[in-house]
Amino acid sequence: MDTQFSAEDLVFQAEVRQFYKDNYTAELQAKLANLDTYKQTQIEWQKLLFDKGWVATGWPQEYGGTGWTDTQKFIFSTERSSAGAPDVVPFGLKMVGPVIYAFGNDEQKQRFLPGILNSDDWWCQGYSEPGAGSDLASLKTKAELDGDEYVVNGAKIWTSYAQYADWIFCLVRTNNEGKKQQGISFLLIDMNTPGIKVNPIVTIDGHHSLNEVEFNDVRVPVANRIGEQDKGWTYAKALLAHERTSIAGVADSKKNLAQVIELARTEGGSGRSLINDPAFQKQVSDIEIDLMALEFTELRVLAALSSGGAPGPESSLLKIKGTEIQQAVQELRMQVAGTFGGVLSDESGGDISGHEFGSDARRAYMYGRATTIYGGSNEVQKNIISKAVLGLG
Amino acid sequence: MNFDFSEEQNMLRDSVSRFVMDNYDFATRNEVVASELGYSASNWNTFAELGWLSVPFSESVGGFGGNAVDTMVVMEQMGKGLVAEPFVGTVLLFGGLIEKAGSADQREALLPDVIAGETQGAFAYLERQSRYDLADVTTRAESAGDGYTLTGSKALVFNGMAAQTLIVAARTSGEQYDSDGISLFLVDAAAGGVTRTGYRLMDGQLVANIEFDGVTVGADALLGAAGEALPAMQAVVDDVTLALCAEALGIMETLNATTVEYAKTRQQFGVAIGSFQALQHRMVDTFMAYEQTKSMLYRTVCSLEAEADDASRNLHALKVLVARYGKQVGDEAIQIHGGMGLTDELDVGHYVKRLMTINTLFGDGAFHQARFNELTYN
Ligand SMILES: Cc1cc2nc3c(=O)[nH]c(=O)nc-3n(C[C@H](O)[C@H](O)[C@H](O)COP(=O)(O)OP(=O)(O)OC[C@H]3O[C@@H](n4cnc5c(N)ncnc54)[C@H](O)[C@@H]3O)c2cc1C
Repeated sequence: MDTQFSAEDLVFQAEVRQFYKDNYTAELQAKLANLDTYKQTQIEWQKLLFDKGWVATGWPQEYGGTGWTDTQKFIFSTERSSAGAPDVVPFGLKMVGPVIYAFGNDEQKQRFLPGILNSDDWWCQGYSEPGAGSDLASLKTKAELDGDEYVVNGAKIWTSYAQYADWIFCLVRTNNEGKKQQGISFLLIDMNTPGIKVNPIVTIDGHHSLNEVEFNDVRVPVANRIGEQDKGWTYAKALLAHERTSIAGVADSKKNLAQVIELARTEGGSGRSLINDPAFQKQVSDIEIDLMALEFTELRVLAALSSGGAPGPESSLLKIKGTEIQQAVQELRMQVAGTFGGVLSDESGGDISGHEFGSDARRAYMYGRATTIYGGSNEVQKNIISKAVLGLG
Repeated sequence: MNFDFSEEQNMLRDSVSRFVMDNYDFATRNEVVASELGYSASNWNTFAELGWLSVPFSESVGGFGGNAVDTMVVMEQMGKGLVAEPFVGTVLLFGGLIEKAGSADQREALLPDVIAGETQGAFAYLERQSRYDLADVTTRAESAGDGYTLTGSKALVFNGMAAQTLIVAARTSGEQYDSDGISLFLVDAAAGGVTRTGYRLMDGQLVANIEFDGVTVGADALLGAAGEALPAMQAVVDDVTLALCAEALGIMETLNATTVEYAKTRQQFGVAIGSFQALQHRMVDTFMAYEQTKSMLYRTVCSLEAEADDASRNLHALKVLVARYGKQVGDEAIQIHGGMGLTDELDVGHYVKRLMTINTLFGDGAFHQARFNELTYN
């Protein structure tokens, strides 16, 4: 039992810190915050990480990953968050990439992994459907074999950033017999294929990141199927657990909470700082204490993972607690902003109210409602824990 | 003991509720909000014709002579329809201050136009730093000849862009945070030295930052006695707080009904999601949250009408519950709708955003709980 950083770890920490200081510039931040320049800038930023060899933190070295220890991964994500820098877009590097190197054939690995690593290909995740959310296995988008191609028909919904995507990884139905989980296949589909239509969905934060993706007789080469036909559920399930682990966002919550505390030093009523108000202090420390524990829960899960285990039901715990804490921090920031927390930003994301953080707080809060819904809703995670861990029902 | 509404109150309620049903579906409401000033002038005329704009005003100026219950009845229905017209800004705040602080001449000169729907007004009180402290006023009004010169900045002025006339809280004496020394002035929004910048809040309403750069007004612009405005401001803010809580109750009722209905129809795993006990219990919790809020609203309105000693303590308690239970109802509504709950297209998010806005108006839950504690335990 020991969580001290070694001398090498401390050297690594200093290197990462310096990297963010040198490269995560104010100019870059401004371009990321502006919706018109977001996509291009995010790609540029990821290319910078790629050049440094730091883009695929969780991948094995043989596929271009960092091969870092758990401690190094922890240090890296903590330093990234403290710098206020965004994580990589997850769909390629955290979701489909690991599925391809774990379950894809050599040809697929050679074809897809380089574009994921250097961020030339933007991916999106086509799982959910209007009728298949929590009950994902009931999905109906069907793929019928016609020679060496599948013909795909149906619709996906809530597809994040499909409007930017070059590729979509999809769960499709290839068999209607037997258990519904058993007739699903995992397809990689070029978004430029004829028959694909992307319809925007605006969310309650006023932005467009979600989409509906329609498929009308979309022809997909069989060579784009991962693994065996009808076995896609198995591959997807492995990925879902990874997704949940990364949704916890512990390092970001630490950074965000620290920021709220700073804001509460200058904000307050009647000339008194909010942070000196005992009732406010209790609200902050309620969150902070839970977060301190969650940081170690995450480390325990990561340690178990690296000693060979696949993330199991513990990933559900991380997801539930992590997202609850994220939302609590967002709520607290809204509270600090007071009525200014309701300010709407203009089209390009600017704020003319003269308030420094109200409109950002609002946006984060509103979009943050999604964290307990996506990646498998928190209710569904509780069902998983009660069955798989507690043996109930 | 009687919790029934009078016949007149029932008629008032039905009148607002019918308008919402017939003329204010969600799509229409969104068009209204998206328009230049964020409300519809023709709806405002209708409100005047139906007599709603007269509800809180005394009969001597042509008002309905209503009490807090009457306002509550109107606001609850407006909450259900998510009505965006500036009833709070013009009638309750602007009109309320004139009714409470104004001279007989000022009331007779100004309120008939408010009642007829011909005046839009706004109350400019909040400054960047003031948070929920009404006495935190740095805008100054210096004596100049017979009148005054106003200098300072106000923020988040509700209905500030549409208003023809503003009531401005400014210091004629004393220091920032002092209760004494605050005065109210009627200022023409088009006067020289007044600069307005409009922006939207998440509930769709258009608000303004307003700069007063040496704005001169005559002695007759003073509303009430110089330096003694705070009690009237507080009294009006209390009335408005109660009204907003009634609106919040209407919103909570709608959100709960929408969510229960959705849970009955949305199918996953071959059954309605409302059949999952985990969700059932949470919808029972939001039902209880609504009932508790309603009880506290009734408790407060009864004590206000009776001018009971515990009225302000009740009002703080009410705002605490609106914050706590409003959040719970809003959270659950979105969560139980799943991805649908995140869409701008669905009305749920819009109700939630109005509820969140109400939470921060005139003190959030934490603010009112601290006041409650002071009154109760110190
Ligand atoms: C912002 C955002 C981004 C997203 N991005 C993507 C993406 O990129 N790709 C993608 O494929 N999907 C994406 N999703 C979809 C997301 O995974 C689904 O919204 C989620 O799985 C829930 O499905 P649903 O929306 O159909 O809700 P439903 O499944 O209809 O659930 C509604 C409510 O019922 C509850 N519920 C359901 N079943 C049970 C049960 N058995 N017991 C108790 N409660 C239950 C849920 O928890 C929820 O509260 C995104 C969603 C959001 C909001």
